[in-house]
Amino acid sequence: MSLDEIKIGGMGASRRRVEDNRFIRGKGNYIDDIVLPGMLHMEILRSPFAHARIKSIDTSKAWGIPGVRLVMTGEMMASRNLAWMPTLSYDTQAVLATDKVRFQGQEVACVIADDAYIAKDGCEAIVVEYEPLPVIVNPLQAMAPGAPLIRDDKENQHDNVVFDWEVGDKSGTERAFAQADVVSKLDLHYPRSHPSPMETCGSIADFDRATSKLTVYMTSQAPHIIRAAVAMVAELPEHMIRIVSPDLGGGFGNKVPVYPGYVASILASILLERPVKWIEDKTGNLISTGFARDVYLRGEMALRKDGKILGIRMHTDSDHGAFFSDAQPSKFKIGLMHSAFACYDIPVAHLTARGVYTNKAPGGVAYRCSFRVTEAMFFQERMVQAAADDLDMDQAEFRRINFVGDDDFPHRTAFGFLTDSGQYGKCLDVGLEAIGYKDFLKQKEEAKKRGRLLGIGISTMTEPLGAGNSREYDILGIKMFDSAELRVHMTGKAILRTGAKSQGQGHETTWAQIVAHELGIPADDITVEEGDTDTAPFGMGTYASRSTPVAGAAIAMVSRKIRAKARKLAAHLLEVSEEDVEWELGRFYVRSSPDRGVTIQECAMAAYTNMPDGMEPGLENNAYYDPPNLTWPFACYIATVEVDPQTGVWDVLNVVAVDDCGVRINPMIVEGQIMGGLTEAYAMASMQFITFDEEGNCIGSNYMDYLLPTAWETPGFELHEVVTPCPHHPIGAKGIGECATVGGPAAFVNAVMDALKGTGVRNIDMPLLSDRVYEALTKRRDVSGMPPMRTDDV
Amino acid sequence: MYPSRFRYEAPRSLEEAIELLRLGGGEAKVLAGGQSLVPMLKLRFASPEMVVDINNIAGLDYHRVDPDGTIRIGALCRHADLENSAILHAHQPTMAAAAPVIADPIVRNRGTLVGSLCHADPQGDWASVMIALGGSIIAQGPNGRRSIPVADFVKGPFQNVLAFDELAIEAVVPAPKGVVNGGYLKLERRVGDFATVGVAIALESSSGVIIRAGIGLTGVGGTTINAIEAAKALIGGPLTAESIANAGDLAAQGAQPRTDHRGSATYKRHIVRTFVVRILDGVVESMERAA
Ligand SMILES: Cc1cc2nc3c(=O)[nH]c(=O)nc-3n(C[C@H](O)[C@H](O)[C@H](O)COP(=O)(O)OP(=O)(O)OC[C@H]3O[C@@H](n4cnc5c(N)ncnc54)[C@H](O)[C@@H]3O)c2cc1C
Repeated sequence: MSLDEIKIGGMGASRRRVEDNRFIRGKGNYIDDIVLPGMLHMEILRSPFAHARIKSIDTSKAWGIPGVRLVMTGEMMASRNLAWMPTLSYDTQAVLATDKVRFQGQEVACVIADDAYIAKDGCEAIVVEYEPLPVIVNPLQAMAPGAPLIRDDKENQHDNVVFDWEVGDKSGTERAFAQADVVSKLDLHYPRSHPSPMETCGSIADFDRATSKLTVYMTSQAPHIIRAAVAMVAELPEHMIRIVSPDLGGGFGNKVPVYPGYVASILASILLERPVKWIEDKTGNLISTGFARDVYLRGEMALRKDGKILGIRMHTDSDHGAFFSDAQPSKFKIGLMHSAFACYDIPVAHLTARGVYTNKAPGGVAYRCSFRVTEAMFFQERMVQAAADDLDMDQAEFRRINFVGDDDFPHRTAFGFLTDSGQYGKCLDVGLEAIGYKDFLKQKEEAKKRGRLLGIGISTMTEPLGAGNSREYDILGIKMFDSAELRVHMTGKAILRTGAKSQGQGHETTWAQIVAHELGIPADDITVEEGDTDTAPFGMGTYASRSTPVAGAAIAMVSRKIRAKARKLAAHLLEVSEEDVEWELGRFYVRSSPDRGVTIQECAMAAYTNMPDGMEPGLENNAYYDPPNLTWPFACYIATVEVDPQTGVWDVLNVVAVDDCGVRINPMIVEGQIMGGLTEAYAMASMQFITFDEEGNCIGSNYMDYLLPTAWETPGFELHEVVTPCPHHPIGAKGIGECATVGGPAAFVNAVMDALKGTGVRNIDMPLLSDRVYEALTKRRDVSGMPPMRTDDV
Repeated sequence: MYPSRFRYEAPRSLEEAIELLRLGGGEAKVLAGGQSLVPMLKLRFASPEMVVDINNIAGLDYHRVDPDGTIRIGALCRHADLENSAILHAHQPTMAAAAPVIADPIVRNRGTLVGSLCHADPQGDWASVMIALGGSIIAQGPNGRRSIPVADFVKGPFQNVLAFDELAIEAVVPAPKGVVNGGYLKLERRVGDFATVGVAIALESSSGVIIRAGIGLTGVGGTTINAIEAAKALIGGPLTAESIANAGDLAAQGAQPRTDHRGSATYKRHIVRTFVVRILDGVVESMERAA
């Protein structure tokens, strides 16, 4: 009799998260929990100016403080050729500033001392003389004639443009627009935000002169890429570098790049031959590490009167801050922005994109998304709502008539992606039914008569997850595959290692479930380990919702290799030929007499004690998985809101989420991911952004100004599911880590805009703070946000 | 958190605390709930030589009503104590409305009303409430006690009139002479956020006629605003649609908001007006219910 898969914690089991055992007991092992003998502490002195020439740095007072061991400046880094480092986007970034500071919070000097208090005292004792320069805080200023040149360090850089890039069919799109009955236009800004993991970044560099080995404990979502980068930047042999990423208190894309603090702590440890710990404070994290978004859109849609979309034209201006350090596939300059409109059947589209430098922190990280997909889907769904309004069509109906049909897969999108599966119309139906669409529309009309403003917003989208396939996706030339290594011990227990790195996603729980599904070994019998480059197989890490699509697939594949060998062992044990052996979960049996069988555990024992002649002993293997395509989950999010016309305050009434992420490994974890994502979506729509004043001061440098929603204001969510298995993924999964963050914001914004329909307001840029909504309502005009922050009344 | 070095003292009596403050000679800071002082230490905005932790002094965590109706709040009475107070719910609607909207539950478990007044943050909610109520602070120093009206207690943003060797030991709300009504409304971007705008109103009436009124405004000026004109306009008559609208306009005029990332000055003035009207409309309703 075959095993009950749910009982052994296999596919579909809402198994409790095993990592939580240590987290909720306070027994996690985060970077700041690690204490090494003789460890010193590093603090960073940051620039108070957004743009200034450094005239002099006087470190003498800092050196004089008892307990200060080392003071490092850009000049000193330069003498070792380490003042600048390469970014993940073929640019350079200052480690410690030499010539100029280019954003507020930039790293200027480091002090290494016996404890963090002394290191901080040391930073305060450093005297830096600055000559302030004119500051640029948005793309308009950056591109203005005569704008000050931010990157005067780069030889052939004569303006502030980082790149110009395009994709799609320009002339075809022009023809489509020429034939349009209606052209719907919308300009949008996706404001700058920060992934803001609870745990900030940090590292402990430990260089051992005796063995020449450098061990770096580091908050990294991609430790293997870091090892490669350190090998190249620090010119150390790769086998002498060990990166250990311990428990991570969140990442959300923020912990993908290489930061100056890591590099400085490594150099300090090499110079001092002692472990050096650097733990960033919250302000340091918010003002200097990888931000996200900050993209402006000029969007146009060519429409036929009956609602058919004929073509799309998009132009984006993106603000990358002082250094182009986006962590994204190298080929695509504005990430996967061109995944916009993938769920709609659109004949032709064209996207132009320009990126600029500004005096803001660098980053452009994929904050819980696959490289600018969040912006793409937000722009898409805002444009869709505006178009439906322009045509005076029902917004659900407008979507439905433009969806790619269930039978039309595989489907080549206008921008060239290949989508492979989905039931878009069904998801929309489930959502509309759950929210009570028709009733709500009636209710809304009734309320309007009594001066109350209700609104309903829909967001539907399919997004590309799981970069990549190696033909198209690489970072600095390294192909975006991933890996798994599985060792089954003699007693049938196992250890699994992957090249991914959990930051809270629950890999230790779900990876074991995939093995349990493939091999019938109970999930509780499997240890999952990640993050140590000396032991884990090479992988590209965890971000962009790629772990289940890529590493998860590798786990299934390595399990199947193990099963293939176990089959041979079973045949040997059962004394039949391999062809006569059948598999059911956890057990091989003889086809002709099903009672005769051996368990996977018995096979494991045989691999060490009783293998057939000529067979290599042991039961272990690895798999490197290069996905044939991206995976394409679909989601439909619907929100209803009420706006208080006297204050502009809006309250969420209901939120319905319908997610089709293919086969669900652990439904509880999937639901957790969706709720977390919706919370972030609500945050973006309502409160969460980083802005700057004219002088480039960052508004949002702490949690009093950078608002994260808490349990008190976050609305409740009603979740529904539709399952369309991924046709090419070994277990049919598509990824769910980011869908709600990506698709959610437009649902909330569309709902508020729907409530304001008829007032002449077409758009309010996020976040929809009450003052903006009030301003739009009373002045009956769009409210567009662009730093510098307003300081005068308008 | 890496503050500058400081000496830490935890006295067990008021006298001992005051002696330590005297010894500190202006370089000592009192630690009550720590919800404002600790963030300042963390950011090194404050680098005192000594921190005098008063949490070990017994008998300061009370709040009570005297037989005559005076409300007294000890220096270690926490925001949460006031939020859950049956006394306030029965006797003091303005305070009862304000307590649950201060900060978040975690901060409310530690922070104190007296500490909040001492901190003199123009965005502090209790200062507006106390100004509306005509409350005062009892301070104790080496030479004994004195009472300071809250309206005079705040010298400027983050500045109070206490001498360096004085400790605020109690806040006092005077006994009402009529029927008590009032409320507090706060516009915040999120729970735990400081007020974009806060409006405190405290009224006393006799047979429907207002005999005392106080209006305090949070977050719309360099210090807490005492909207005297608006309050005065309410005295001597019943609450009517006109008097309410008038009070709203006067309060909005009395506000001195600045445009910042929480909203434009115009918007904040508008919210002051809206909230004054909403609170007073609510008072009318409850007076009608009581009648
Ligand atoms: C996240 C967060 C959100 C907050 N939100 C709000 C909010 O929405 N509204 C609001 O009003 N407040 C808010 N606060 C501030 C909070 O209310 C503080 O508790 C209050 O301002 C100070 O009270 P405390 O007892 O914590 O004082 P402490 O922090 O201990 O002290 C504050 C200052 O007062 C002095 N002091 C304290 N007690 C005495 C005394 N008895 N005699 C003399 N001097 C004294 C101290 O020396 C110090 O200078 C928030 C705080 C935080 C951390």
